[in-house]
Amino acid sequence: MTAYLKRFGVYLPARVVTNDEIGKLAGCEAAWIQQVSGIEERRWAGERESVADMAVEAALRCLGAMPVTELGLIVFAGGSAERRFPGPAATVAHRLGHDSTPAIDLPMASAGSLFALDLARRLAPQYGNILVVAAEKMSSVILREPVDRSTAILFGDGAGACLVSADSAGAIGEVVDSAVSTDGAYAEDLRLGFGGPLEMNGRSVILQASRKIPRAIGALLERNGRTAAEVGVFLMHQANQNLIVRVAQALEVPPERFFSNIARYGNTSSASMLIAAEEYCATRPPRPGTPIVLAAFGAGFHWGALLAVAQ
Amino acid sequence: MDTQTKIAELISKVSGKKAPADPDESLFESGLLDSFALPDLIAALELGFGIKIPDSDLNPRKFDSITRIDAYLESRA
Repeated sequence: MTAYLKRFGVYLPARVVTNDEIGKLAGCEAAWIQQVSGIEERRWAGERESVADMAVEAALRCLGAMPVTELGLIVFAGGSAERRFPGPAATVAHRLGHDSTPAIDLPMASAGSLFALDLARRLAPQYGNILVVAAEKMSSVILREPVDRSTAILFGDGAGACLVSADSAGAIGEVVDSAVSTDGAYAEDLRLGFGGPLEMNGRSVILQASRKIPRAIGALLERNGRTAAEVGVFLMHQANQNLIVRVAQALEVPPERFFSNIARYGNTSSASMLIAAEEYCATRPPRPGTPIVLAAFGAGFHWGALLAVAQ
Repeated sequence: MDTQTKIAELISKVSGKKAPADPDESLFESGLLDSFALPDLIAALELGFGIKIPDSDLNPRKFDSITRIDAYLESRA
């Protein structure tokens, strides 16, 4: 039941929104935003640009010239879709030229792309090539009145994609194992209702995430006979730079081992882990045999980790 | 040393500031602890009192003041 991460794709909107601009909107200083989050700027989609628009762009960059007939399943993940149903998966499939390929939505923020990868790696032996794509238009969420300073400063827009396959040819890495978990006791601590503002109990999120993420990574590595020290790179959901550093400290590895691009893109929720993965692999391809860990935590609470080995 | 004095010492150690004289004062609202200092306080309480605090007990409100922390520890006794 082996699956491979073949390649990634990314789309980021052109508009750069600085901390100065957000600070004026949210009533805070640019330096404070950087201090509490590590974020310096983020991207915002155009007013008429949809979640599916961004997902399609990331998918096209991921799939390249791959014929439509070779894709067996599309899994979309994201928490900021514009409507209740159908979700972006159907639109993405149609726009990519599919008229019968199954396409499913995982309406999950933050950890959505990790859950999609977990699902895809288990389904790849049956479906063959699976496109995982995550996209978020968080700007449309944080601009809802009343603007909440604690969330407005964090989020950005963007999309990431990953082709998961049962075929190893040209793969970036082989998926060794993955584990995902959910505890709905905290469902009210990070939520987005239809039309309402994003509501976040930041203390609860940080408290749970700072324990559950390292524990999930540690358990996954242990059951595969690995240690955190052996991992070449950790590609984590870009929620907050201070959280990333805290997770690194808990695992007793240097924070530099956790690839971070949150300074430039902010927290793009479910898309962030795939955006980080694409950027890391494009700029510094991991050496064959290098263990790679992907990890995420978010609304639900949902969390987990995935272990791959570079090809 | 009584429990509240020990809690105050741990708060000072984690925050680098003097613990509030009023045991009912909110550690968050007073600016003594932020979201990222709270996990450190939990770890300090576990070590200082020799207990393991399960994730299910990690409601930030339970750790919002010296009095509330004391009540939580008492419930674990």
